[in-house]
Amino acid sequence: MLGNLSLSVIPFDQPIIIGAVAFMILGGLAVVGGLTYFAKWKWLWTEYLTSVDHKKIGVMYIVIALVMLLRGFVDAVMMRTQLALSYGPDHGYLPAHHYDQVFSAHGVIMIFFVAMPFVIGLMNIVVPLQIGARDVAFPFLNSISLWLTTAAVVLVNLSLFIGEFAMTGWTAYPPLSELPYSPGVGVDYYIWALQIGGVGSLLTGVNFFVTIIKMRAPGMKLMNMPIFCWTALCANMLILGAFPILTVTLALLGLDRYVGMHFFTNDQGGEPMLYVNLFWAWGHPEVYILILPAFGVFSEVAATFSGKRLFGYVSMVWATLAITVLSFIVWLHHFFTMGAGADVNTFFGIATMIIAVPTGVKIFNWLFTMYRGRVRFATPMLWTIGFIVTFTIGGMSGVLMAMPGADFLLHNSLFLIAHFHNVIIGGVLFGAFAGFAYWFPKATGFTLDERIGKAAFWCWLIGFYVAFMPLYVLGFMGMTRRLDHYDNPAWRPWLAVAALGVAIVALGIFFQILQIVVSVRNRAKNRDATGDPWNGRSLEWATASPPPFYNFAEVPVVTGRDAFTTIKEQGGPARPAQFEDIHMPRNTAAGVFVGGFSLILGFALIWHIWWMAVAGALGVFATLLVRASNDDVDYYVPRAEVARIERSHS
Amino acid sequence: MSIDLPGQYSLTAPKPAAHGRHDHAEADAATVFGFWIYIMTDCILFATLFATFAVLRDNAAGGPTGKDVFELPYVLKETICLLISSVTYGFAMLALYRNAPKQVLAWLAATFLFGLAFVGMEVYEFHRLVMEGFGPDRSAFLSSFFTLVGTHGLHVACGLIWMAVMIYQVARLGLGGSATRRLSCLSLFWHFLDIVWICVFTIVYLIGSV
Amino acid sequence: MGQKLGAGLLRAAALCLPVSLGGCEMALFDPQGQIGAEEKNLILIAVGLMLLVVIPVIFMALFFAWRYRASNDKATYAPNWDYSSKIEAVVWGAPVLIVIILGAVCWTSTHALDPAQPIASEAKPIDIEVVALDWKWLFIYPDQRVASVNEAAFPVDTPVRFDITSATVMNSFFIPQLGSQIYAMAGMDSKLYLIANAAGVYDGESANFSGSGFSGMSFKALALSNDGFDAWVAKARQSSAQLGDAAYAALAKPSENNPVQYYGEVDPRLFGGIIGEYMKAGMAPICTGAESAR
Repeated sequence: MLGNLSLSVIPFDQPIIIGAVAFMILGGLAVVGGLTYFAKWKWLWTEYLTSVDHKKIGVMYIVIALVMLLRGFVDAVMMRTQLALSYGPDHGYLPAHHYDQVFSAHGVIMIFFVAMPFVIGLMNIVVPLQIGARDVAFPFLNSISLWLTTAAVVLVNLSLFIGEFAMTGWTAYPPLSELPYSPGVGVDYYIWALQIGGVGSLLTGVNFFVTIIKMRAPGMKLMNMPIFCWTALCANMLILGAFPILTVTLALLGLDRYVGMHFFTNDQGGEPMLYVNLFWAWGHPEVYILILPAFGVFSEVAATFSGKRLFGYVSMVWATLAITVLSFIVWLHHFFTMGAGADVNTFFGIATMIIAVPTGVKIFNWLFTMYRGRVRFATPMLWTIGFIVTFTIGGMSGVLMAMPGADFLLHNSLFLIAHFHNVIIGGVLFGAFAGFAYWFPKATGFTLDERIGKAAFWCWLIGFYVAFMPLYVLGFMGMTRRLDHYDNPAWRPWLAVAALGVAIVALGIFFQILQIVVSVRNRAKNRDATGDPWNGRSLEWATASPPPFYNFAEVPVVTGRDAFTTIKEQGGPARPAQFEDIHMPRNTAAGVFVGGFSLILGFALIWHIWWMAVAGALGVFATLLVRASNDDVDYYVPRAEVARIERSHS
Repeated sequence: MSIDLPGQYSLTAPKPAAHGRHDHAEADAATVFGFWIYIMTDCILFATLFATFAVLRDNAAGGPTGKDVFELPYVLKETICLLISSVTYGFAMLALYRNAPKQVLAWLAATFLFGLAFVGMEVYEFHRLVMEGFGPDRSAFLSSFFTLVGTHGLHVACGLIWMAVMIYQVARLGLGGSATRRLSCLSLFWHFLDIVWICVFTIVYLIGSV
Repeated sequence: MGQKLGAGLLRAAALCLPVSLGGCEMALFDPQGQIGAEEKNLILIAVGLMLLVVIPVIFMALFFAWRYRASNDKATYAPNWDYSSKIEAVVWGAPVLIVIILGAVCWTSTHALDPAQPIASEAKPIDIEVVALDWKWLFIYPDQRVASVNEAAFPVDTPVRFDITSATVMNSFFIPQLGSQIYAMAGMDSKLYLIANAAGVYDGESANFSGSGFSGMSFKALALSNDGFDAWVAKARQSSAQLGDAAYAALAKPSENNPVQYYGEVDPRLFGGIIGEYMKAGMAPICTGAESAR
C-alpha cells in the first residue's frame, strides 16, 4: 500500500539527524506562525506563489538559494569538525554512513540548490529589465520551472529524515550507486530530485534563450546588450546543450536500479566508465552555467562602481562565446586517471588550458575597467575585487590539474577540493553575493546596510582563505577526498586550521543574516527613491525600485551600449505623451500544482508506491490539460491605471 | 507615439480586438520558436541515447545480439506506418492553412491511427522479446536497445495523447485561438520523431542486422 | 584602503606559506621514485609559468583598486576609455603564448608519464597484480606465487608493473610518494609502472571513494633491497594460507581495517578469473593488456 515506506525508515536512533530535523520543523513552524499572525497567507499566495512575474519568481529562487546555503554550510561545518577530530583511533562523532551522506548532500545541495537557483534567480530579476522587456517569453513556463525546482528541494530535505540520502558523493559513480552497493533509497532520492529539478532548469534554458533572442527593446542589437545578458544567453545555451545529457544519465541509472537493466552495472556487459563520461559531459558545462552569469555580474559591477565603461566589450563577448563552445570539449579532464591513454588525455588537457585564455582576457578587461576609473568600494565592488584575486588563484590550480601528469598525483585529493571551492566560492558565490547586494535595492525598494555587508565580505574572504589554503597543502601531502578519518599525524594541524576557517565563514554568514534583518527593519529609512542608487548604466536602473509589475510603461528605444547612461546624459527619460494599454499575463496556481504533483510523483517513485506515482503523474498531466483549456490567461492593464501607477512613482 | 515591440506586449492599436490578433501572431511565433528550441534539446537527448547504444551495442554478455533478435520485414512495416503518419499530418497542416476544420480533423485522425499502429507494433515486438527471455535486463546491449527505441516510442505515445487532445479541442472550438500555434508545435514534434526514427532504423536495425 | 592592501598581503602570505615550507612534509614534493620526481618537476614548471601571469594580475587588481579609488583626485579619470588595441594584443597574446608552451609541455609529459609506459631500466621489472576489494587491497605476485593483503613489497630501483583491477566498485590505486594513481575498475586491467629509487615504507591509499569502509583502505608499500625483498617473499611463502577460490571468496566479503595478511600459495588463474567475471561481449572472457574483458 505504501511501498517500502514505513515508520522504521525514520532514523529515530540518530540524534544529530533528529536534532537537525527538529530545528528545521521549528523554523518552518516559525514561518507558518508568522504568516498566520500577520495574516499574510492571501498576500503570499497572490503576490508570490501564483505569480508569473519574473521579478517575483527571481526573488523566490534566491530565497531557496539562501535557505539551502544554510543547510549546505551546516554540512560543511560537520565535515570540517569531523576531520579536525577524527585522527587515529578516534573516529570522530560522525559514523561513516552518516558522514558519507553529509558530503554527498553537501555537493548536491550547493551545486543544484544553491548555485543554480541563485544565478537563475538573478537572471530572472535582471535580464528582462536589462533588455527593456516586460517579462520573459514564457511567464507560465517560468513559474513551472520555479516550482519544479522547489519540488526537488523538498525531496532533498525529506531525505534527511525519511530514509537516507545517497552515500556515493555528489557524482554518484556506478557501480557504487547501483543497487548491489547502494540498496537503500538514497540514490533514488538523488536521481529523482535531480531529474525533477533538471526539467525545471531545461525549461528555464528555453525561456531565457527565446527571451533574449526575441524580446529585446527596439535598437538593442545583440552587441548593445549589457554583458550580463550576454553571459545569461550563453549560460542558457549551455543549459540547453548539457541538461538533456544529465536527464539521460540519471534515467539510465534509474533504469538499472528500478528495472534491472545493465547500463552501468559490473555484470552483464554494463560499462561504469560510460556513466563517468556522460556525467561529466553534462558536469563540465554545468560549472560554466554557474560561472558565466557570475562573470556577467562582475562586468556590470566593475563598470558601475568604476564610473566607467566596461573595457573591451567586444572581446568580452567573444571570450564568453569561446568559453561556451570550449566548455563542451574538456569533460575528460575530470577523469584523466581512468586510463584513456596519452593521446586522448593530451587532447583534453590542452583543450582545458585553452579555456584559460578567454577567461584570462575577461579578468584583464575587468582590471582595465578599474584603470582610470573612479572606484567606489561599495559591497558589490568589494566582492568583485575579492573575486579577481581569488578566482585567479583557483584558475591557476585548475590549469595545473589540466596537465595529466600532475593530475595523476592530484586527482581526487584535497588539492582538487581546494581548486573547485576556490573557483566556485571565489567565482560563483562571490558573484552571486555581489549581484545580490547590487540588485537588492532594485528588487525590494530599499538598500542593504553597507557596514554589515562589508563585515560579511571580509569574514567570507578571510574565512575562505583560512579554510581552503590548508586544503591545497593537504593535497600536496597526499590526502585524498571523502575520508572520514585518517592516520597521518602531519595532516592534523592543517585540518584544524581549515576548521577555524569555516568558523570565520560562519561569522560571515551570521553577518549576512544580520544584514537582511537590519536592512528590512530600516527599510523606510533606506528607501531607494530614485530607482538608481548606484548611478547605474543599464536599463533596469531606469525603472522605479521596485519596478511596476509591467516594468516599463513605455518600452525604451535603445541606441547603443550603456543605454541608461545615454538616457541620463540626454537629460533623463522622456515622459510619454500618452500611455497605452499594457498586455500582461495572469497569475496562476498551475505552477504550484505541477510542482506539488511532481513532488508526489518523485516521492512515490523513491518509495516504490506505484499507485501514488501514477496519481502524481496524472496530476501533472491534468493540471497542464486544465491550463491548456483555459483561455483566460492574460489581460490588459488599462492606460489610465498605467498612468496612475507611473504618477505615484514620480 | 506608438512603438512596435517584438514579443508579446505590443503597444500599437488601441482596440483590444486588433491588439489581440497582432499580439497573438507574435506571441505564437515566439512559442513556435521556443518549441523548436525544445526540439533541439530533445535532439541532444536522443544523441546521448545513440551514443550509449554505440558504446554498448557489442556488450551482449553472452546473450543475443542484434542479428539474433531483429526482424527487418516487421520493422519495415512499422517504419511505413510512421512515415505515412507524417504525410497525413502534413495534409492536416495544409488543411489548417486552408482553414478547413473538418479536413484537419480527418487528417489528424488518420495520423493518429497510423501512429497508434506504430506504437502497437513496437509494444508487440518488445513483448515478444521479453517473453523469449531477451528483455532489457538480459544484457547491456538489450538495455540500450530497449531504452533507445522505447524512448522514441514513448515520445510518439506522448504525441498521440497530445494529438487526441488537439482533435478534441479542434472539434469543440474550431481553428481559432491557440489551435494554429499548438498544431504547428505538434507538427514540429511529429516530424522530428520521424527523423529520429530514420536514424534508429538505420543505426540500430539495419546496421545491427548486418 | 590600507585595509585592502593589508588583506592582499595576508592572502599573498597564505599562498606563499606552502611554498615556504618547502617539501619537508609534503609527500608530493618529496618523491622517492622517478615517476613522482618527474611529476613534481612538472608541477613546479607549470606553476612557475602560470605565476608569470598570476602575480601581475593579483598585483594589478590590488594596485588599480587602490590607485583609482574614488577619493584619489590625482589619478586620471577616463570614463569613456574602453578600448586599446595594444592591451587587447597583450591580454590575448600573453596567455596564448603561455598556453602554447604549456601545451607542448603537456604533450611531452603526458606521453612520457603514461601509466602504461614501461620504465627504462637495467633491472628486470617485477609484476604485481592488484585487486581492490571492499575495503582492502589484495596483492598477487604471479611470478613469486605469493599474495598479501594491505602490504605490497618490491625491490628498490626496479620497475614495478602493477596490473590493477577491482572486484567491486571503482577505486584508485595510489602511492603518493612514488607517483601516479590509476583507477581500479571491475572487468578492466589498468596498467601502472612505478619505481622506488629509495628504500622505505610508503603510504598507499585508495583515491576514489568506494563506500563506508573507504577511509580504512590504506596499505603500505615497502621498497626493499634485493635481499630484503627475497626475505619478504620467503616470509610470505611461509604462511599456511592458500589463496584459492574458497579463500578468495572469504576475503572478498566486505570487511574494514584488515590487518596485513600473507598467502603462501596463490592460484595462478585467480587474477584472470576476477577480471573475467565481468565479461562484456561473449561467453569466454579474454584477458589481454589494457582492455576490458570482451
